[in-house]
Parts: sequence; structure tokens; C-alpha cells
Amino acid sequence: MINLIVEISKYVMIFLMILYAYLNFRFFGVKDEEKQNRICVEQNFLMFVIHFLAYLTLYLKLEDGQILMFYWIQVFFFLAYLILSRVFYRNISRLLLNNMCMLLCVGFVMLTRLDPDRAFRQFAIVFVSALVTWIIPFIIDRTWQLARIPWVYGGIGLLLLLIVYVRGITSYGAQLSISIGGIGFQPSEFVKISFVFFIATMFYHSVEFKTVAVTTAIAAVHVLILVASKDLGSALIFFITYVFMLFIATSNCFYLASGLAGGSIAAFLAYKLFPHVQVRVSAWLDPWSDVENKGYQIAQSLFAIGTGGWFGLGLCQGIPNKIPVVEKDFIFAAISEEMGGIFAICVVFICLGCFLQFMMVAVRMQAVFYKLIAAGLGCVYIVQVLLTVGGVVKFIPLTGVTLPLVSYGGSSVMSTFIIFQVIQGLYVLKKNEEEEE
Amino acid sequence: MKKTRSNPNAKTNRNILRLAYVVVGIFVCMIAYMAYFMQIKSETVINNPYNARLNLLSDRVVRGEILSSDGQVLARTVTGDDGEEKREYPLGSLFAHVVGYSDHGKTGLESAANFYLLSSHINLVEQVTNELADIKSPGDNIVTTLDAQIQQAASDLLGDRRGAVVVMETDTGKILAMVSKPGFDPNTLSEQWDILTSDEAGEARLLNRASQGLYPPGSTFKIVTAMEYLREHPQDYADFSFDCSGVYQDGEYEIKCYHSTAHGHEDLRLAFANSCNGAFANLGLSLDKKKLKELSEDLLFNRNLPLSFPYNNSSYQMEEGADDWETLQTSIGQGKTQITPIHNGMIVSAIANGGILMKPYLIDRIENAAGETVKKFMPDSYGALMSAQDAQRLTELMADVVTEGTGSALRTDAYTAAGKTGSAEFETGKETHAWFVGFAPVESPKIAVSVLVEEGGSGGQTAAPIARGIFDTYFSTYGQ
Repeated sequence: MINLIVEISKYVMIFLMILYAYLNFRFFGVKDEEKQNRICVEQNFLMFVIHFLAYLTLYLKLEDGQILMFYWIQVFFFLAYLILSRVFYRNISRLLLNNMCMLLCVGFVMLTRLDPDRAFRQFAIVFVSALVTWIIPFIIDRTWQLARIPWVYGGIGLLLLLIVYVRGITSYGAQLSISIGGIGFQPSEFVKISFVFFIATMFYHSVEFKTVAVTTAIAAVHVLILVASKDLGSALIFFITYVFMLFIATSNCFYLASGLAGGSIAAFLAYKLFPHVQVRVSAWLDPWSDVENKGYQIAQSLFAIGTGGWFGLGLCQGIPNKIPVVEKDFIFAAISEEMGGIFAICVVFICLGCFLQFMMVAVRMQAVFYKLIAAGLGCVYIVQVLLTVGGVVKFIPLTGVTLPLVSYGGSSVMSTFIIFQVIQGLYVLKKNEEEEE
Repeated sequence: MKKTRSNPNAKTNRNILRLAYVVVGIFVCMIAYMAYFMQIKSETVINNPYNARLNLLSDRVVRGEILSSDGQVLARTVTGDDGEEKREYPLGSLFAHVVGYSDHGKTGLESAANFYLLSSHINLVEQVTNELADIKSPGDNIVTTLDAQIQQAASDLLGDRRGAVVVMETDTGKILAMVSKPGFDPNTLSEQWDILTSDEAGEARLLNRASQGLYPPGSTFKIVTAMEYLREHPQDYADFSFDCSGVYQDGEYEIKCYHSTAHGHEDLRLAFANSCNGAFANLGLSLDKKKLKELSEDLLFNRNLPLSFPYNNSSYQMEEGADDWETLQTSIGQGKTQITPIHNGMIVSAIANGGILMKPYLIDRIENAAGETVKKFMPDSYGALMSAQDAQRLTELMADVVTEGTGSALRTDAYTAAGKTGSAEFETGKETHAWFVGFAPVESPKIAVSVLVEEGGSGGQTAAPIARGIFDTYFSTYGQ
């Protein structure tokens, strides 16, 4: 009987997820605000049903009373977050809010299945992040001074990266985190944001050659420190974001072309210089010739996705723990294995939907500063999604980054919260302006 | 933002949207790649011995049966009263290597088709009922291309001798029989395991000689030498002549014909039919070594074979600057050249099929427990190994081997056959390995056969009669 419930839940969840992802895009085809609101309510409903079915499955399979409690705490949290956000910020983007909750919900489900203790910790981090970042839209809406302090952003960013370079803890061959009072902290996640703010403020003031040169130099220092720390995934994200923002600020195709050319040369040099890049590339080209060592991670990931197939093996019915760092870099493979390839693709569509909303905010804003902020953060976000999902499905070589809001990791969750709340702030700002007109 | 309103941001916005479209484009590619992986590629990927997830499937599914094309059960799982599952092989050692085993690691079809055997495609109602009752569903069955009657005949003809036989359909690539001896009984594998693996007798019983055994090709390599000669002398190959005294002298080197038989005056056709070593050593010296190597590699020496089961690569090593002795040896299939019986069979199969090699395959279709086809495997061409003209000329030469030369064992009124014998020396003082590769009927070939008998002596006397027996069995059952 349990099997039947679990099996049916699996298919129902996939169906509801497709519906949710569809509504995410349907939203833009609807002009009427009332209809838009109805779509958002439907999304909320779908999320809670998926959440319920997933935890029902987990409870039946794991038979752990703690999970029931955890479920109710989450329901309470999501309800409170959805309602209070709208109470405080009347003009908040409901769609973006929904997507954020949906991604968190998928993350909680998968983490509970993989390692309940980590799921509890993740929840605590999410809770704190939600509280701390609460204020961000308020600040964005009222503080124009943010555009005046480029050297603060640049200085803080470089300082943090340097600290990691000097004192960082090495894991998987890369220096990523520092420890403060026993709590691991990954500064590059936050420097992504200060980096975007730095570039936006610089280009907001001027896009003359001199400014561009200075900004490029500082941006290059960011990237080089990351390369020196062997955090090549972040280096790539920073680099692409810079080229992206430079092009938007200047509308100059020459910059775009030379940026891409420079990037290709840098990638080639990195391949020649770093043995661990060569390992990643050869594992990407042919993981099967060395399944036991170099190709191990990607092979396990492909086994998981392949064996799970379109509909998945069902929660708690696969062996995602066979994949190394499954709760971080490889959570997408675990989702695909147990909840199904279709479900996983829907998650990608939700991420893509978030990115498109970021871009729409960028288009709608009048001030170039805000445009650059929205586009830059959108770029940071989507490149990260691309690197992690693309790496896991062997579309591109592995770079070892997390799936924002879904993967386990405090710094990643907190920084993604900040990114989303900054965008919400811009959205609120724009709406408020429109209402005043 | 209305388009009509002129806006200083218009250009910026257009660029933002352009970049957004690029990102969407990349994501569409990525999702398409993932879909392609799951739909098409995953089947081969997940059927990997390193994929621990396949073992999970056996908790829900009873491993399916492996069947021969004529309906014999080659492997099945029997569940005892205590719920204990046992894999049985009703025909014992007959299909030991090709079907393989699944208890001490997996080999043969048990390994190659592991995923299919552990997948269940019974109807949904039954699946749900089983699910509710907590009963395992029956796994899908594999219907192979193997023909139990031909396999039995090949096995009987080979008898207790060590060696291998491969029989395949020339125009489809279906493998009808694959015998390797000595064998083992997979039903009692556990009891024999220590003896089989320690292999103190040096018998290598677990080795599938048909696809993994490497042997000097001996005179069967004259097919390649002759092909190169035909290519270098497209107009005047018929003018080749040689006077055989039984022993060929080249400076200090000496090449003997089998039992030093003097073949007298020969042209290319007769030299091939008589398998005259002197003639081919002489002819070999005139060949372009670079081209001969290229030709061998076109024929898949030193290359991966299009096979989905374990095999060893055949090797051809003679380089451009090789000395005369190596050239003489290599031209008659001695020297360092090595080949597997299945590869030798593939070459003649391509000759029979107008130069086109069909990829050999073992699984014809997957059926669910109710006998409905779940998946059908179709013949697949590997491409041309040689031109149709090469194939035609070699067919003529090989037909004469049977009618006038060393393949006399296949002379019959019932059908026509073409082939090449070989007696490969491998160690001084020991009997030669006996080879026969060929196909029948000559006019419209149906099957190709590759026979190897270790230390069997003369190919014409030992291996050719085995091929004869296989052709007799095939044509008396299926006609021409």
C-alpha cells in the first residue's frame, strides 16, 4: 500500500510541477492584473501540494516522526514568508517570491531525503537569511546613495577574496571558505554581489575609456585572485558577468568581442597551466575510460540521471548518496534520479523564469545604475545555474558550483537571498514610481 | 515600455534582451542535450558494471529469460519455495561463453543485457497489482539471434578440441552461433569457481576464444595479401605466375609450403586455391608495405571492432621499413600478425556482402513476460571495408579454393561455398592451428563461418569439415 501511495505521489508531483513551470511562463502572456494574481495563487497551491506529497512520501519511507514536525515548521515558514512579504511590500513581485519558495521547497525535500540533519541546518540558514534580507527592498527603495560608493564595493570585495586566498580552507583542490568562530563562510558568494555593485556604480558615472580601463583592471584583479585560489567556477562567473555588464553599459560590440576572445584565450591558458582543469576536461570528454577515478563523479551523476529516467525512481528509492558532494554540486542529479528527469527540467525552467524576470526588471528600470544591477545579478545567477546543471548532465565540464536556493550551503543560500531581495527592491521601487505617476 | 516613445535606454534595453535570448538559447540546448541523454544515450550508459543502481532493480524485478531465436531457453531464473532465486542454464555448457553468467560478476549477454533483463514491461494493471501485493514483477526476456541447432552442430563438430566457431548472417550481421572450447557449466559455476579462475591446467576455460582469443591468421591472411595485390595490379593480376618447388628460397631465407608440397606452375588463382606459401611470399615482397598496412587497418586490424561484447583487438605490426624475412612471414599470415576468430569471420562476411560489413549483433529483440515485443534491434551497417569489385574478385578466388584447392571438404552438389583454409604455425614443434573462414552459397551468400581449431593441424583437413557440417545443418534446415 505504501508503495502505491509513493508511486502515485511521484507521478502527481511531476504533473503538478509541469503545471507550475507552465504558469511561470503563462504569467507573462496575461495582461490583466487580477488574472495574474490568480495565477500566483494557483502556483502557491501547487507548491503546497507538491510539498505535502513529497513529505508524505519521505515520512512513509523513512518513518521518522521528526520529519512530520519539520514538515509543519516549513509549512508555517512558507505561509508566513509569502503572506508577510506581501503585507510589508505591497508591490513585491509575487511571481519571483513564489519561485523562490518553490526552489527552497525542492531543496528542503531533497536535503531531507539525503541527510535530514543537513536539511535542518539548511532550514535554520534559510530562516535567518529570510529575516536578515527582509530589509533590503526597503533600503533599495529609499537609498540613492548606493550608487555613490564604488570603491567601498571594490575594496570590500578584493579584501574578502584576498583573505580567502591567504587563509582559506582547501576543499576539493580549491580554496573556497574561511572559518569564523567555527562557522564556515564562503566570501566569494557575497563578493559576487559587491562585484556587480562595483561595476554598476563605475559605469553609472561614466563609460569613457578611462573608466572602462580602470574598472576592467579591478575586475581582472578579482578574477585573478579567484584563479589563484583555484576557484575557477567563481572566476568564470565573475568574468562572464563583467563582459555582460560592460556590453550593456557601453552597447559596444567591440568590448563584447574582445571580452569573449580574451576569455577563450584565458580558458586555453588555464587548461594548459592547471592539471586539475585538464582532469575536468578529460573527464568531461570521456568519463568512461577512467570510471573509478577521474570520471567517477560525472559517471555517478550520469548513472543517477540515466537510471532515474524521465519519471525518476521515486523518493528514497534510488541511491543518490553514491554521488560525491550530492547535496551541494550534484543535487540536480539527485533530483533527476529520484523525482524524475521531467521534474528536474521543470526546476531548470523555474530558474530560467527567474532570470527572465531579472532581465525584465533591468529593461523596465529607468536609471542605468539599476539596469546594470538587475542585469548583472541576473547574469551571476543564471551562469551559476548553467554551470551546475550543465556540469551535472555533462553538457559542459564540471566546475563545482552550487544550484542557488536548492543546494546545501549557508553562504550560497544567504547570497542568493540577497540577490533576489535586491531585485525585489528594484521591482518595488519601479512599481511605487508608477503608482505615483 | 511603449516602442513609440523614444527612449535613451532603447539601445541598452535591446542589448539586455539580446543577451537574455542568448542565455535562453543556451538553456534550450542544454535541456535538449539532457533529453537526448535520457531518451537515447542513457541505455548504454546505465548498463555499466559500475552502476550500482542496477542492483536496486533486482529488488523489484525477477531477472528475465534469455532465449535462442528458435525458442530454446538459454537462461532463466527460478524462484524456490523459500523465495530464493536461482539462475539456471538448461543447455549447460553449450552457450556458456556467449550467454555468460550473472553470479560471479556478469559476463556475456548476462552483462550486456543486464538492464533489459531487470526492466519489466508487463501491463500497468499487473504492475500495480504486483506492487500492492508486494510481488516482484517478471523482467523482460531477451530473444537472441543465436540458433540453438546451429550452436549445437558447431559444438558437436568441434568436439573436445580447443577452438572456436562463429557463424553469422552476412547481410544482417546476426550471430547465429558462437562456440568456444573448452567451456564450463554455468550451473555449477560456484563449485568450480576456484578451479576455473586459478586455471592450473592452463586451459583458460572462462575465455571466450571466439572474440577474445588471438591467433596468427596463417594462410587466411592471404585474403588480405591477395586483396592488396589485386589493388596494385588491377589490370594484369591474371599475369602473375610462379613455379613452386615446395620450398621457396630468398637469399638466406626459406619458406616452405605445407608439408613441402610442390604445386608446380601457378597463376594467382591457383596459388590462392593451393594456398601456396612460396607464391605469396614472392608476391608479398613486391607489395607496398605502407598500403598493405593501411589495407589491414581498413579491414579493422589495430582497430576497435563494432561489437557490443568484450573482444580483443587484432593486431598487424609490419611497418614500411620491415626486412625481407618479416615481409615473407607477414604475407603468409605468420610473423607478428594476430586475429580473433570473430574478426576473421567479419572480414569474410563483408566479402560475401559486397564489401559492406554488417555490425555483428546478438540481441534480436526484447519481449515482456507476455511475449510482446518491447524493443526490436535492426541490422546496422558498419560501412564498406572494401569496394564491391574487391569483394567480387576475392569471392571468385575463394570459390576456387573449394572447387579446386585446399577447401575440398566443402565440395558438394547441395550448395556452393567459398572460403580460405589456414594452418597457422605458432610454436615450433607443435601442430599448427587449423583455420577455415568462408561463406555459402557463393551466388547469394547467406551465412559466413569462421572456424579455428587449436593445434588442429591442417585447416583443410580439420577446420573445413567443421564448416561443411555447419553449412549442411543450416541449409538442410532453412534451405537456400
